[in-house]
Amino acid sequence: MRTLVFLLLVMLARPCVALDAAAVGKLAFGDAEERSAALAALVAEGDPKAVALLEALAAGDVQSAGERVLIVKGEEATDAVTGEKVAPLPKEREDVVANNRLRREIESALSALKLLSPDRAARLAAAQALQAGAEDAVLPLVKKAMAQETDPVLKPMLEVIAATLELKAGSKESRIAAIRRLSDSNNPNTKTLLMALLEKDKEGKFAETDEDVRAAAQASLRAVEGKLVWGEMGGLLFAGISLGSILLLAALGLAITYGLMGVINMAHGELIMIGAYTTYVVQNLFRAHAPQAFDWYLLCALPAAFVVSALVGMVLERVVIRWLYGRPLETLLATWGISLGLIQVVRTIFGAQNVGVENPSWMSGGIHVLSNVVLPWNRVMIIAFAAMVLVGMWLLLTRTRLGLFVRGVTQNREMASCVGVPTARVDTLAFGLGAGIAGLAGCALSQIGNVGPDLGQAYIVDSFMVVVFGGVGQLAGTVYAALTLGFANKFLEAWSGAVIAKIVVLVFIIIFIQRRPQGLFALKGRAAEA
Amino acid sequence: MGPIASTVSRLYGTKGWILLGAFASVLFIVFPVCSLVVPPSSPFHLSQYWVTLIGKIMCYAIVALAMDLVWGYAGILSLGHGLFFALGGYAMGMYLMRQIGKQGQYQSELPDFMVFLDWKELPWHWWNTDQFWWAALLVVLVPGLLAYVFGYFAFRSRVKGVYFSIITQALTFAAMLAFFRNAMGFGGNNGFTDFKRILGFTIQTPETRMALFAITGATLLGALLLGRWLVTSRFGRVLMAIRDAEQRVAFCGYNTVNYKLFIWTLSAVLCGIAGALYVPQVGIINPSEMSPANSIEIAIWVAVGGRGTLAGAILGAGVVNGAKSFFTQAFPEYWLYVLGLLFILVTLFMPQGLVGMLRKWRAAT
Amino acid sequence: MASSDVKPAEPILEEAARAAQDDIASRYQHPVVPGEVDLSHGAILYLEDISVSFEGFRALNKLSLMIEVGELRCVIGPNGAGKTTMMDVITGRTRPDVGSCFFGQTIDLTRLSEAEIAHAGIGRKFQKPTIFEHHTVFENLELAMKADKRVRKTLFARLNSEERDRIAETLQLIRLSDSGQRIAGLLSHGQKQWLEIGMLLMQEPKLLLLDEPVAGMSDEETERTAELFLALAGAHSLVVVEHDMAFIEKIARKVTVLHEGSVIAEGPMAQVQNDPRVIEVYLGR
Repeated sequence: MRTLVFLLLVMLARPCVALDAAAVGKLAFGDAEERSAALAALVAEGDPKAVALLEALAAGDVQSAGERVLIVKGEEATDAVTGEKVAPLPKEREDVVANNRLRREIESALSALKLLSPDRAARLAAAQALQAGAEDAVLPLVKKAMAQETDPVLKPMLEVIAATLELKAGSKESRIAAIRRLSDSNNPNTKTLLMALLEKDKEGKFAETDEDVRAAAQASLRAVEGKLVWGEMGGLLFAGISLGSILLLAALGLAITYGLMGVINMAHGELIMIGAYTTYVVQNLFRAHAPQAFDWYLLCALPAAFVVSALVGMVLERVVIRWLYGRPLETLLATWGISLGLIQVVRTIFGAQNVGVENPSWMSGGIHVLSNVVLPWNRVMIIAFAAMVLVGMWLLLTRTRLGLFVRGVTQNREMASCVGVPTARVDTLAFGLGAGIAGLAGCALSQIGNVGPDLGQAYIVDSFMVVVFGGVGQLAGTVYAALTLGFANKFLEAWSGAVIAKIVVLVFIIIFIQRRPQGLFALKGRAAEA
Repeated sequence: MGPIASTVSRLYGTKGWILLGAFASVLFIVFPVCSLVVPPSSPFHLSQYWVTLIGKIMCYAIVALAMDLVWGYAGILSLGHGLFFALGGYAMGMYLMRQIGKQGQYQSELPDFMVFLDWKELPWHWWNTDQFWWAALLVVLVPGLLAYVFGYFAFRSRVKGVYFSIITQALTFAAMLAFFRNAMGFGGNNGFTDFKRILGFTIQTPETRMALFAITGATLLGALLLGRWLVTSRFGRVLMAIRDAEQRVAFCGYNTVNYKLFIWTLSAVLCGIAGALYVPQVGIINPSEMSPANSIEIAIWVAVGGRGTLAGAILGAGVVNGAKSFFTQAFPEYWLYVLGLLFILVTLFMPQGLVGMLRKWRAAT
Repeated sequence: MASSDVKPAEPILEEAARAAQDDIASRYQHPVVPGEVDLSHGAILYLEDISVSFEGFRALNKLSLMIEVGELRCVIGPNGAGKTTMMDVITGRTRPDVGSCFFGQTIDLTRLSEAEIAHAGIGRKFQKPTIFEHHTVFENLELAMKADKRVRKTLFARLNSEERDRIAETLQLIRLSDSGQRIAGLLSHGQKQWLEIGMLLMQEPKLLLLDEPVAGMSDEETERTAELFLALAGAHSLVVVEHDMAFIEKIARKVTVLHEGSVIAEGPMAQVQNDPRVIEVYLGR
């Protein structure tokens, strides 16, 4: 569709200048060599009209009538050279066939031509197609496109494509020159390219026979690797902080309720899930009633998620949890039962499938730091958000009366009760607070992942790990634990893959807890006893 | 009274033994007759479905018993016991997969999933798994060893209560993740299935099923008697003292770590055996058996029946799994509500479980 | 005090060590068996220059104490003086930063675990009665009984008549003969304290450490407890930490006063009561 529009625009923009008739003729009637050469010539011109002809040729729509080359679609025919309509349709026509090799070259050529399209998406598609495999003929066109390309994603792609082509053919000098040019690149694909030059085959002999070329490649490789290392480190660092911020959001509420009441709330994951679903509902409401303000639905969703989860949490506390005070193992089981019920309720209302929550437009895309590092906006926002929530929590705990009561009850419940702190009310409010934060976490998670009834289950084990590792009673513990686990997970992932990373982190925590049962920072005595 | 007689009377009173005898006769006489002798047209016929279902529940009862030993009597709440069950199941599963031989989809000596993954030979951990005695050894050793090592470190460093429960969750979760990977050589997320033979007998025949059923029943009764013997001995009294006041027991000169380790390892081995009996009856084992949710459910079986009573564990396993079977067939959307409600009601209103309620009712009347 | 760990390398030292051992052995009818408490010098407990700090706070400060065999010693002192910490060090719950702590001549308590110390013959009774509330009185005593406490033995253990007699004896001593089958949780506070003492006795300890044994008891119970302690002294050595001065006067021959982690006075009750330092510490200037 776009190609058509593009063609139309081009045809409207430029007066109908004909293609090189000789080239067209050779393309239609020549032998294999001539046809390839003609194709190259057409491509080198960069004439967009060639696109129509080449597409037709690949589709089998090109026919010849005597000396004329026609593009025939149904009953309509256009002259391949001029582009004008030919009527009436000549009766004596023969098919102009393209064999596989020619087809490949045509594909390549078409992609190269599309590199000049004003539409970025078309250029991107073309570049990706060429990355997969480009024919030598398109090199001049690629260079032409490279010269006028400004997009930070596309330009490096074109560089690599050009370099790949240059490396294959050409004299030793031109190849070395191309390699030297590549050393400026900070594109990770360049690295792959250069490494390919230094590969050894099965017998241990180098694939690339020329020593000088190898030396140049080695030098360039080192330069490129140097540039890339920073990018890779930066990327890992960011991923670690991002995961850490998510773990922090997920675990913060749990840390508060456990530190305060010694309640391990197995329904915590479901409170997160409820927050995510609240966000979904708010999104839908906006879509239905205020679509023009869709980009701002998050402003509504955040408080909504907080409130809904907090309310659910407070109801749970009043109805079930407060009766199990002092019996942490029973609380664990009872809250597990609640979590089952909550999952089923959500499944009944919203269905068992994942539901779609869209990022508002200002959250899409990302910051391009280096060509190999993209920091997605939604994750950046979540890191900022987690920091805000943390500061908010800290302020609440240290500057408000409720916070004072919460800290008092956490340290010594009986004494706090004796001095008049309304412990029952503090319990309910604190539990609500923890649940509310879980809701906020759910809202955040909805922006970066899938939302389904099992969302909570995926985060409950991680939240526990953070709480257990960090120790209870102090926010610092939760923060350090979340960040450490986030980094550990991501760095291990880079080594050995996501699943093994998770397993190693779990095993590490199991061992750590045995050496230091109270976690990193513990306010409460020795081991966490029953 | 001689030592044997006094032990017998210590285990159960006359009424208890009569009840046990009744159960044994139902298990070993009534059920086999109803399944194999009584024709299918009769209303007394026990269909394969029921044989498998009751056999499965009996395996769960063994697990519940094992759980009661560590939780009800030693105060250790494990939320990862399903792992030991699954490991025993996988060990038996390896043997059963080898028994498929060339009758699999790919007609190869290697199990189907290995052919599918393009593996050329059996991995090292499959060594000798075509021998039943080796598989049986694995059923006992693998869960036992894992439990021993884990328990040794955990108990020695005084990890207790909720934190202990959470790390058992982490353990089974990590294991589940590992077993989901194809590279582990355990069939990935499909696990093992399509068994054909066990010890030379075809698995799907009513006779084999009945035999497995009877063996499971015998194991259950054996486990019950073993458990009863343990808890009525001085060992049992020490264990219960550890549950109530561990420091004090240490002061009396007992090495509490060893006691906990013993019952913990024994419990894991029982679970492994239960798993090994479960897999040929149910016909499949996959990593979801190791899910944390499964292990938490085991705790509710024991809680519903009554902690610290052994018989209660068996009762709870029967009641909850029976209900599950009923609900998932009749009202599948409601099962999770029922289960969740069970958790809440039992912890709030029935801390002594069904057996506790029965006792109160008997004391009142 | 020869530590059993010292192994002299040179032959002359070896010979000297052997001579010393023979010397000790010749004074008593039997040679000292390693692991057994060597009471040859009449002292059952030595604490020398024990210091313990908790995160900067000095709980014990160069504390030195000696308890003779068969003695009934009372330890008093204001709160925070270090009485409980001292007991913790003796029983192995806390390791001293410096100082030595010996049970008899040869047993270095700082190197043994809590269970080993209990096994060696030191029994401790805490302030709060910690009995097994869900077991019967009889079972409580059975659990505490000195026996092979390894898992394997306990699995197959049966009470023989000798053991039954011992339990009966203890029941009589602690005046709970009628309550053998009662659930321990249902006993009165004083009875629970006695049960705990009974449990201690079942371990056949040579040294009993008693932390505020009469706290919360009625006058009559206190009286009976004093009788019990006096009956136990001689065959056992007792260290009693208490605040109840009347009780101490009834039982004590020698009293040690602790203050801020060290001993400030020691002697008969009358002497200690009139010691100006003690008065200052308890009443202020």
